[in-house]
Amino acid sequence: MLALQGITKVFDGRTVLSDINLTVAKGATHALIGSSGSGKTTLLRITLGLIPFDKGYVKINDQALSTFSPIQWADRIGYVPQEGGLFPHINGFENVSLIARLRGWEKPKIQARVEELRKLVGLDASMLKRFPFELSGGQQQRVAIMRAAMMDPAVMLLDEPMAALDPLIRRSLQQELKDIFHRLGKTVLLVTHDLGEAVYLAEQITLLHEGRIVQTGTYGDLLLRAADPFVTAFINAQRTLPDAAAVA
Amino acid sequence: MRRSRAVEAVKRAGAAMMIIGLLAAAGLAPGYARSAEKIVVGSKAFTEGYVLGEIAAQAVEAVEAAPVTRKLGMGSTGIVFEALKSGAIDVYSDYTGTLAEAILKRPDLKSLDDIRTALMAMDLVVSGPLGFDDTYALAVKEEYAEKMDLHSIGDLKRVEGNVRGAFSYEFMDRKDGFQGMAQAYQLHLKPQNVKRMEHSLTFQAIDDGAVDVIDLYSTDAKIEKSKLRVLKDDRGYFPVYQAVWVARREFTERQPRAWQALLKLQGSISERTMIDMNAQADIQHVSFAKIAAQFLGAEAPRSQSLKSSILQRTREHLWLVGIALLFSVLVGIPLGLAAVRFHAAGQAILIASALIQTVPSLALLAFLIPLFGVGMKPALAALCMYSLLPVVLNTFTGIRSVDPKHLENGRAFGMTKSQLLFRVVLPLASPTILAGIKTATIVSIGTATLAALVGAGGYGAPIVSGLSLNDVPTILTGAVPAALMALIAYGLFELLGIALIPVGLRKQS
Repeated sequence: MLALQGITKVFDGRTVLSDINLTVAKGATHALIGSSGSGKTTLLRITLGLIPFDKGYVKINDQALSTFSPIQWADRIGYVPQEGGLFPHINGFENVSLIARLRGWEKPKIQARVEELRKLVGLDASMLKRFPFELSGGQQQRVAIMRAAMMDPAVMLLDEPMAALDPLIRRSLQQELKDIFHRLGKTVLLVTHDLGEAVYLAEQITLLHEGRIVQTGTYGDLLLRAADPFVTAFINAQRTLPDAAAVA
Repeated sequence: MRRSRAVEAVKRAGAAMMIIGLLAAAGLAPGYARSAEKIVVGSKAFTEGYVLGEIAAQAVEAVEAAPVTRKLGMGSTGIVFEALKSGAIDVYSDYTGTLAEAILKRPDLKSLDDIRTALMAMDLVVSGPLGFDDTYALAVKEEYAEKMDLHSIGDLKRVEGNVRGAFSYEFMDRKDGFQGMAQAYQLHLKPQNVKRMEHSLTFQAIDDGAVDVIDLYSTDAKIEKSKLRVLKDDRGYFPVYQAVWVARREFTERQPRAWQALLKLQGSISERTMIDMNAQADIQHVSFAKIAAQFLGAEAPRSQSLKSSILQRTREHLWLVGIALLFSVLVGIPLGLAAVRFHAAGQAILIASALIQTVPSLALLAFLIPLFGVGMKPALAALCMYSLLPVVLNTFTGIRSVDPKHLENGRAFGMTKSQLLFRVVLPLASPTILAGIKTATIVSIGTATLAALVGAGGYGAPIVSGLSLNDVPTILTGAVPAALMALIAYGLFELLGIALIPVGLRKQS
C-alpha cells in the first residue's frame, strides 16, 4: 500500500503542493493525472524521495519514508521514468541487473530473477543483449519495467509510460501493460497527463490542479459526479476528436 | 551473458594495457639524477657552441677523470647559464662580452680579470682566452654590397630607407646589439623592414633574397658559403668577445684533472681554426665528435649509431610524454570534475588552464628554470601544464553534456554518488574525456621536442642541432620519429577507445 498523507510543499514562498492525500491499496493501480504545472511531477519526485517536503508523510505499508535510508526506499519503490529512461551505455540485461549487482547479488540469483521478469513482460531473450538505441519504444518500456521490478519493490511508479509511443503501438502496449501489472501484482501509481491512458490502466484516478487534489474516484465518478467544474472541463478538453455524428 | 563478459574482459585488458604502458615508460626512464662522479658539459645551441662543447667533453674524457655527460644545444644564454648555476652542468664555453652584458648585466666590465672577479662571487670560475675572438658583425650578400657600394656599417646609412634586415632574437634584445648599434651609427631602418628570427634561419632568408642584411658572429663559416660580405665596424662599436670556459668552482676543485685538461686548451684555438671547424660542421656536415677529435689529435670516439641514438631519444621522448600523459589524467580529470561541481572555482580552473596554454613554450621553460633547474624536470613541468587544458576542458564538457535525467533516475534507483559517477557519469562522458587525453598526448609529443632546449633530450635534440646547422637530414632524424610516435599514439588511442568507450555509445556515434 502506498499512502501520501497531507503532503505540502512550499517552493520560494509559493505553495506548489497543498495537503495532498492519496492512498493506493495493495495491488491496485492508481493514476495521478493533471496538466503540466499541476504539481504532479513535484509529487512524483517527493514520492521517490528525491526532494524534501514541508509537511505530511509518504508511507509504504504504513512505514514512513523518513524512517528509511535512500537505498532502502529506492528498493521499495520501483521507478519507470519517461520513455523508459534506460542508460544508453549498457545493454538491456545490464540495465535490468545494475542495481542488483550494486547490492551484491550473486550471479545465479540475478540470472534467475531477470529470466523470471523477462517472461513476465514477454520480451524475447535476445532483446536483453541489445543496447537501448537498438530497441523499439515498446521494448525499451518493457526493459524499464523489468529494471523497476528487479528488487521486488512493494510499489511501482510510472511516469508517462505511453507518452512517447506511436498511437498504434500505444494501444497494443496498453493491453500488455495491464496484463503485466496484473501478473506483477504490485501496487502501481502512474503519473500522466493523458486521461485515456489513466482510464484504461487505472481503477482509481486522482485529478491534480494547481497543487491541490480536485477529485479522486473512478472515471465514472469524475464523469458523472464531478466535484468541481474543472473536472468536467478537464475531461471535455481531452475529448478532442468530434464523433461520427458530428462529421456525417 | 557471454557478450557482456567479453566486454568486461576487453575493458580490463584496456586498463591493463594503459598501466603496462605507463610502467614501461617509467622503466625506460633515462636516469637524469646526477651522481657526484659525473662531469656534465653543456653548450648553447649554435654551431660554435656544439663544437667547443664536444672539444671540452673529449678533452675531459681523454684524462679519464670521470664519465662525461653531454648536454649540448641548450636553448639560450639564459638557460645554459641557469644550468651552470644550478649545477645541472659543470662547464660550458661562453664569450667575455656575453658574460659581462647578458649574465652580469655589467657592460662596464671590459677586462677578463674584472669579469672573473665578478663571477667569483657567484662561485664560478673562468679560464683564460681559448685563443680566438668572436664578435657580432653585420653581413650582406656580396652582390648587394657591390651594387650598393657597401663596405662598412656606416655605409648602410645610404640605404636605410629600403634595406631589409633579419636579426637573431639575442642580437635584437641585447644592449650591445641592434639598438646600441643603430644609435651609434645613427641608422634608422624602417621598423617593418626589421624581422626577428631564429639565428640559423636568417642565413636561409638572406640566401633566398628575402632580406639584405643579417647579424652573425665573425667566426661564422657561412660567411664564405653564402658569399656574404662582413661590413666593417668602422666606429668600433661591437666589443670584441674572447671565448673562454666557464665552470662551477666546486667542479674545478672536485675534478682538478678535468679542469687542468680544459685549461690546457687556453690559447690553442685560433680564429682560422675556429672558422674551419665551424665550416666542417656547417658546410661539410662532419660530426661534432669527429671535428673535436681531429682538433685534439685523437681518435674520434665511436659515435653512437643512428639506431641507438634514435632509441635513446625515443626513450627520453616517451618518458616525457608518458609522465605528462599520466599527470594530465590523474590531475586533469579530477580538476574537470571539480570544475563541474564547484561553479565559481570551476570557471577559475578552466580559465587558469587556458591561460597556461597561451604562454609560449620557450617562455614557460624559461620561467620554470629558476624553480626546477634544467634537464628533465622543467621540461616535464611544462609538458604537464600544457597537457592539462584539453583533459580538464573535455572532462568538464563531457560531464556537463550528460543528460541530467540519467542522474535523477540513478538517484531514484538508490545509486550512491560514487556509483553514479563511476557507473553513469564517467562512462557517458568517456568518449569526450578520452578525446581530450588523445589531444593532450599528441600535442605533448610535438611540444616535447622543445625539451631539448633545456637539456632534456628527446627527439628535439637533433631538431635543435639540425636547425643550428641548417642541416635538414639531421632535423629529420628527430622530426620523422616524432611524427611516427604521434601516429602510433593516435592508433593506440583508437584501440583504447574500443576498449574503454561503452559499446552502446560507440555504435550510436
